Amino acid sequence: MAEKEDRGMGGVPLSKPRVIGRIIVLSIGALLVLTPVIWTALTSLKTAQQTLAVPPVWFFVPQWSNYAEVLQLVPFQNYALNTAIVVTGVVVGTLLSCSFSAYGFARLRAPGKNAIFGVLMATMMLPSTVTLVPTYIAFNKIGWLNTFLPLIVPALFGSAFFIFLFRQFYLSIPKEVEEAARIDGAGYFRIWWSIFLPLSMPVIATVMVFTFVGTYNDFFGPLIYLTDESKWTISVALASFGGSPRIGPQLHMLTAGTLIAAAPSIIVFLLAQRYYMTGISVAGVNK
Amino acid sequence: MATTTAVGQAPNKASTRHKLSGMRRREAVWCYIFMTPAVLGLLLFAIGPMIASLYLSFTSYDMLSAPEFIGMKNYVKLMADKLFQKSLGVTLLYAVITVPGTLIAGLVAAILLNTKIPTIGFFRSAYYLPSVIGGVAVARVWAMLYNADHGLFNIILSWFGIDGPGWLTDERFALPSLMFMGIWSFGGTMLIYLAGLQSIPKDLYEAAEVDGAGKLRRHWYITIPMLSNVTFFNLVIGIIGALQVFAEPFVLTGGTGNPNNSTLLLPLYLYRTAFTYLEMGYASAIAWVVFAITLVLTALVFRSLPMWVHTEAGED
Repeated sequence: MAEKEDRGMGGVPLSKPRVIGRIIVLSIGALLVLTPVIWTALTSLKTAQQTLAVPPVWFFVPQWSNYAEVLQLVPFQNYALNTAIVVTGVVVGTLLSCSFSAYGFARLRAPGKNAIFGVLMATMMLPSTVTLVPTYIAFNKIGWLNTFLPLIVPALFGSAFFIFLFRQFYLSIPKEVEEAARIDGAGYFRIWWSIFLPLSMPVIATVMVFTFVGTYNDFFGPLIYLTDESKWTISVALASFGGSPRIGPQLHMLTAGTLIAAAPSIIVFLLAQRYYMTGISVAGVNK
Repeated sequence: MATTTAVGQAPNKASTRHKLSGMRRREAVWCYIFMTPAVLGLLLFAIGPMIASLYLSFTSYDMLSAPEFIGMKNYVKLMADKLFQKSLGVTLLYAVITVPGTLIAGLVAAILLNTKIPTIGFFRSAYYLPSVIGGVAVARVWAMLYNADHGLFNIILSWFGIDGPGWLTDERFALPSLMFMGIWSFGGTMLIYLAGLQSIPKDLYEAAEVDGAGKLRRHWYITIPMLSNVTFFNLVIGIIGALQVFAEPFVLTGGTGNPNNSTLLLPLYLYRTAFTYLEMGYASAIAWVVFAITLVLTALVFRSLPMWVHTEAGED
């Protein structure tokens, strides 16, 4: 882990004058990259008239109340609760199913295991558009439309990339760990549950962060499965704000709503970026 | 098993072997138990739907009556479908610009960020930030910037006396606007490049510096070839991703793909076909064409591999 952190912070050392030059270049780049977000934040703090002013108003009294107001315009708590249910279900389901299956792929032997693993990895290349229509029809047939089940249940059956991450980690655990437990009479399930799972905290964190952000941001799934407004997640609700007569035409409301909606994934990213970097470098370096 | 005990010559050895094979079998059984969720997932959410989707693509199905087998009719219809052709063209153009654009932006940012200076952590987060914002929020943010009357872009243009266009309402600018927005989320590509950069041995650069190679030459002759396998990975992921962009055009155009269908990316067309018109068979045919394009493009990248991917002997 220490080595990985070191790698994450590594890079080419620079001489002093070049450090300043690099910081200037990076600052200009960061300003350009963040301009859309900054502009949105500024707009969200203006009054309705100020948002439409040309030339724009640069100095104004920030209207923090916009944020409280937009939360009043829509049943935001409801969207947040729905999103929390889906995200929690997917995160927990993904962690359990992926670490469970990965233990088999990494530590046990059975005929056909490698072939299955190969096919599983190939599904990472499968565009979701191909499986979409039949999956929708099937969930519709069993009456799961307008429930969270179509969004959560697939997570209980693993996901190729996260199984891969767990497997890579489990492969690196010394065999003695397992053998000692086996001599003590522990079965495979116990070894996975009480030894391998607790050991894999770094991977758990990585998978949690990725799954959280991915599920929180997901739009297509909630859009097709949750047709009733009372079931909407935040991303579906946000997409509807533009057409909403109460929010759509009011830029300060629309931007405040957008930032509130974008905040959770940004916060999770900022808190857990270390795990983000680890996951992404494993993905990139191992292919 | 019966034969091993029947031999009886070395009972000790036979019984250990027996026990071993029993353990082996137990291990295999448990291995299958552990793999079960993944295997079920593979069957239920990948292979099964794939086969079903292929079958549906040869049927006419509106979800009200049973699917009716119509052979190749959906595919024949696709060939003559002007809107599909437009959508296909728009999607390919989007991919051809956005994928390389993202690679270049990601690589340049990664090279700049691959340094040991204070505040580098802040910059890495800042450049990655757009990539954690969901597609819907991204579209909301950019819709404001692109607004013809009071959006930031036209305000900036007006400083130079230029009357900016309706970025999202003018057919000539809508797709480029969408592409630019797509490239903005280059963070994932950048982080993968950054990890790749940090695995390049430093002595290569030192040797090149001794030989008097300038900065650009060093990147051209060392960085880019050494990163070719990372580029390959980013390229494949990028192609798959670009053919699945949905939330952004959906939110920006209210699901229409307008002006004049110039932003009607294939996933949007597929969504409309399946969920607005309930033509599930036709939608499945579209899905398979998208899949076929993904496969062809990926295969082309794979085929071109020996031409440009640098592999070092002895590398694993």
